[in-house]
Amino acid sequence: MLKRVHYRSSYLPYLLVAPQIIITILFFIWPAGQALYQSFLLEDAFGLSSEFVWFDNFIELYENPNYLNSFARTGFFSVAVASLSMSFALFFAALADRVIKGSHTYRTLLIIPYAVAPVLAGTLWLFLFNPTLGIITYFLDAFGIDWNHKLNSSQAMGLVILAAAWKQISYNFLFFIAAMHSIPKSLIEASAIDGAGPVHRFFTIILPLISPTTFFLLVVNIIYAFFDTFGIIHAITAGGPGNSTEILVYKVYNDGFVGLDLGGSAAQSVILMFIVVMLTVVQFKYVERKVQY
Amino acid sequence: MLKKSLIAASISAVLISSSLSAAVEVNWWHAMGGTNTERVNKIASDFNASQSDYKINAVYKGNYTETMTAAIAAFRAKKQPHIVQVFEVGTATMMAAKGAVYPIEQVMKDSGVKLDKSDYLPAVISYYQTSDGELLSMPFNSSTPVLWYNRDAFEKAGVSGVPKTWDDVSSAAKKLVGSGMKCGIAVGYQSWGLIENYSAWNNISLGTKENGYAGLDTELTFNNKHVVANLQRLADMQEDGSFAYGGRRGESLAMFTSGECGMWINSSAYYGSIKGQAKFDYAQTMMPYDSTVTDAPQNSIIGGATLWTLRGHTKDEYKGVAEFMQYLSSTEVQAWWHQETGYVPITKAAHQLSKEQGFYDKNPGTDTAIMQLSLNQPNENSRGLRFGNFVQIRDIVNAEMEMIWNKSKTAQQAMDDAVAQSNKLLRKFEKANK
Repeated sequence: MLKRVHYRSSYLPYLLVAPQIIITILFFIWPAGQALYQSFLLEDAFGLSSEFVWFDNFIELYENPNYLNSFARTGFFSVAVASLSMSFALFFAALADRVIKGSHTYRTLLIIPYAVAPVLAGTLWLFLFNPTLGIITYFLDAFGIDWNHKLNSSQAMGLVILAAAWKQISYNFLFFIAAMHSIPKSLIEASAIDGAGPVHRFFTIILPLISPTTFFLLVVNIIYAFFDTFGIIHAITAGGPGNSTEILVYKVYNDGFVGLDLGGSAAQSVILMFIVVMLTVVQFKYVERKVQY
Repeated sequence: MLKKSLIAASISAVLISSSLSAAVEVNWWHAMGGTNTERVNKIASDFNASQSDYKINAVYKGNYTETMTAAIAAFRAKKQPHIVQVFEVGTATMMAAKGAVYPIEQVMKDSGVKLDKSDYLPAVISYYQTSDGELLSMPFNSSTPVLWYNRDAFEKAGVSGVPKTWDDVSSAAKKLVGSGMKCGIAVGYQSWGLIENYSAWNNISLGTKENGYAGLDTELTFNNKHVVANLQRLADMQEDGSFAYGGRRGESLAMFTSGECGMWINSSAYYGSIKGQAKFDYAQTMMPYDSTVTDAPQNSIIGGATLWTLRGHTKDEYKGVAEFMQYLSSTEVQAWWHQETGYVPITKAAHQLSKEQGFYDKNPGTDTAIMQLSLNQPNENSRGLRFGNFVQIRDIVNAEMEMIWNKSKTAQQAMDDAVAQSNKLLRKFEKANK
């Protein structure tokens, strides 16, 4: 017979979870519901006249080749941002883990980019790579590379990926270094005595043991690239040249907040919401099982 | 008993006196950042000091799009300001919102404050008039694209005379590159300069229905042979560097001020920036016209922003709005604003006063924009644009133009595609604003 814990009064558990539920309803369910409702409307900016148009906003998106191309672009962008920022963060964390003197300074310096606002991060990289004034452009020119991300689509994509990944390195670094600290020293020492070098130890002991963190960061980074990068893109390329850096969330922002097309923008965010829900479900259901805890 | 009534009396006395002495507050949301914030604050505080009935609160709300979005969100929440500054491409959106906007001409009339439209520069106010001539919003900061050029570079390259046509520009650009410059000409806000103003200046229409003034069922037609030929010419000029693309907004300023490009087409309001950055002798002149289209240019259209009045406030407060607009349009305020910022004055008298004060003699070229705007009486091709969803349409046009510059499309293809996509947005706007 299993022992079950009973609360005397039946309302206490509800009371205890109430704050969480209220927050979820207030900050997630309600706005998401609003977006869903809005996506079926055709409305002028001031909300003076609105018409229920069923799936017109979605059909319009489906008929827009630029929007469909944006999916593949967003996929590439997210994977590139996540892998770039995570591998750099992992590399820095592995090095920082071994530093003994001045490790505090080293860590603090690595965390700074996280405090920079997205638009500022974008502007910073924009200055470095400015085709006319940029210092990096100047050096690239010496190597015979003609940098002009205002015309060259691949260079533009490269630049926004770099800026978006740079900003996320600090966050990943913090989690990686915390995970590495929680690995028992005895394991590392035992393998060192057995003759495993630092590189070997990293790949056979540290990397498998921090895999839960890696998995968590993967989800967070993909979501970051999906949702949090429009400020960077707005500052660096504004979606150009052509539409080559217009990712899904940038179009949501631009159509909604700049173009004031609320219905169309809401329809896009509903689609984005759906993608992220799917992604999260797939990852937690299938991928997480294969991760060692 | 006596005590109580005394208290009551004193309270009511306080209430009455405070309601008598308190000025009626009028909120003004604007998008003027940097040093212009101080100038806007000065206008507001000078107005407040000039009388005691009304008090203007000027609030900076971010850039143009942020300010407009903030005002619209506030309107939806019934917390809208009395006055909001909206950029020219937002005009159609504001105008279509009939229940939200209180036309300024109506505000002035209802408040009994005089407004004589003949005092204003026609090219400035025509953008913001209905097809019946009613003034909808009060022009505040206006500018127009002009041709900036590097005099030292012109001399070095042996370019004689100031370019007047696109052929002149093209040959001057080739000479500049020949003399060792990296690029001949660059353009800022390309859709505004190379398509919208190109059309007005050469007296061809950008779209049907008087560029949208005569109805929401308008269609864009800028994929015509003239616009296309001129864009293709620029695309071909990229080969030897005589044209270089420098971004959608004003970023190409650096290409001009660093001496990389010898000519630059962009807003006259860059006067201050160029003055501060350029280490060479520069000048501004009127935009080039296309001699294959016309023998003489028409007039250019303005950019910048105007002040819109929103509905939902009291009659007393609107009287304050009207009084403030009258103060803002006064000759001294306008001349000061024009000379400080480089924006075009909105009244003829302010232009005249600046002339008398010798401002144009001391700062040669600063009257180029006014002359260009008032070159001819604005007609249906040149008084302005009235297209809905125009912010997004400009994005589409910018993207398609970039595809010309990086050679993924010909000018004809790109403009056909831009027109097709833009017309869809116009239909959507028409449907949403029936």
